[in-house]
Amino acid sequence: MKRSREPIIWVLFGGGGMASALFLPVLILVLFIALPLGWVQSAPIDDLQWLVRHPLTRLGLIVFVMLCLFHWAHRFRYTLYDGLQLSHLNEVIAVLTYGMAMVGTVVGAYLIWGVG
Amino acid sequence: MSETLTVPETVILEVFRYRPEVESEPTFDSFEVPFHPEWMILDALNYIKDDLDGSLSYRWACRMGVCGSCGMLANGQPVLTCATYLESLLPGPIRIEPLEGFPVIRDLVGDIGDFMNKLSDVKAWLIRDEEKPVEDGEYLQTPSQLDDYKQYSMCINCMLCYSACPVYRLEPEFIGPAAIALAQRYNLDSRDEGAEERMDVLSQHDGIWGCTLVGECTEVCPKGVDPAGAIQRYKVSATMDYFKSLLMPRSSS
Amino acid sequence: MNPGYRLYYPRWYRKRVPIFWWLHKRSYAVFIARELTSVFVVYAAAVVVALVLTLNKGEPAWEAAMSRLSHPLVITAHVLVLFVILFHTITWLNLAPMAIVVKLGDRKVPPTAVLIGHYGAWFACSVVVAWLLLWR
Repeated sequence: MKRSREPIIWVLFGGGGMASALFLPVLILVLFIALPLGWVQSAPIDDLQWLVRHPLTRLGLIVFVMLCLFHWAHRFRYTLYDGLQLSHLNEVIAVLTYGMAMVGTVVGAYLIWGVG
Repeated sequence: MSETLTVPETVILEVFRYRPEVESEPTFDSFEVPFHPEWMILDALNYIKDDLDGSLSYRWACRMGVCGSCGMLANGQPVLTCATYLESLLPGPIRIEPLEGFPVIRDLVGDIGDFMNKLSDVKAWLIRDEEKPVEDGEYLQTPSQLDDYKQYSMCINCMLCYSACPVYRLEPEFIGPAAIALAQRYNLDSRDEGAEERMDVLSQHDGIWGCTLVGECTEVCPKGVDPAGAIQRYKVSATMDYFKSLLMPRSSS
Repeated sequence: MNPGYRLYYPRWYRKRVPIFWWLHKRSYAVFIARELTSVFVVYAAAVVVALVLTLNKGEPAWEAAMSRLSHPLVITAHVLVLFVILFHTITWLNLAPMAIVVKLGDRKVPPTAVLIGHYGAWFACSVVVAWLLLWR
């Protein structure tokens, strides 16, 4: 019996939902709002550079970006599919959304790994 | 009490009518029925049928929230009409329509054949590899084993969840909330051995993966079955199954 | 009389689902809003990556990026993004106990415990990230 490959996508979607739910609020609050407004002072710039250049951080970031992209791809796919009743374009939508997530992952990985 | 509760004498029901021999498009008929605080919507419909218009068609049987046949939309919300007080929908007019997602045969009666087929597609019954002889006695179960599936066994097949599910209305091939919850009811039963057979049907796109977790099925369920939860749990076990069979392709037969 | 009708042949009425069905009910609109938070997830992740790349270029680039981010319009937009992401986080964590049923031996862990565990994880992750970024 052929089983659909849906579990792979679902794990990426779910992982992305969980990772973004746990990490994005604090990242946005600190990096996008508190630091620019000067509410808080960042760690010394050398420390931050050491942090983002550390291979584990880079690896973690790459995985994080991949998960977020697939989370988006999955939700956006079904929003188009059901929300706009485009089920007849199922294949096109799937190729576009997951394809963009894959391209985004490769580009993101290339950029992030180039740090340091 | 400084404020007196104003109880109306009557209430207006706007009832969906579709008589295929008369009209090709449905219409709404308005009926004025006496208001009683103890009346359910079904009592008002029965009043209409008995005293105002005997041609009104709808399903009902037990009038105590067990048979699952009187589900309709009341002001757009799927409800059991025998378990919804008229009072909760005051001041009216109260709009009564057939459940969405099912083709209407006549008035408030939908064709539920699709759901019936889906129940058998998912094999919503106990499956044993081998039945043990009657002399060997019952299949015993501990209270904790009963707890594992009891919630899902409360389903009365009223199909309110199908009516609430946008995915089912858009893609009728989707197996849908109640059938998946009932499949889960048997999967989680310690006496059952059919989980694998059911997984073959349910792990397809039209099975669990079609669900986008809108969550309305659980909201409208009159029996607290939580079909949305059943589907999410199923996704988790299907995923674990899938990766297990990737890692150990030989062990899964 | 409906001329298309033939005795004993059913003529079903099928209601079409309106194209914007999710505007017809509050819970459906909330559902679509929840799904669309994923767009903001990608936006926020992209900005984080951009900041990492700037940080790598050195302090002047980092300071310039910070001053660009402090523009009132950008701040306003990012406060909105924060609220959207909080909506995502809360709806996501609240649904977790639905999928995750934990059994310890014979007993089912109550869903509230699973929920509290998830919120605890959120808190822990936030503290660790804030500490990494701000500790001096």
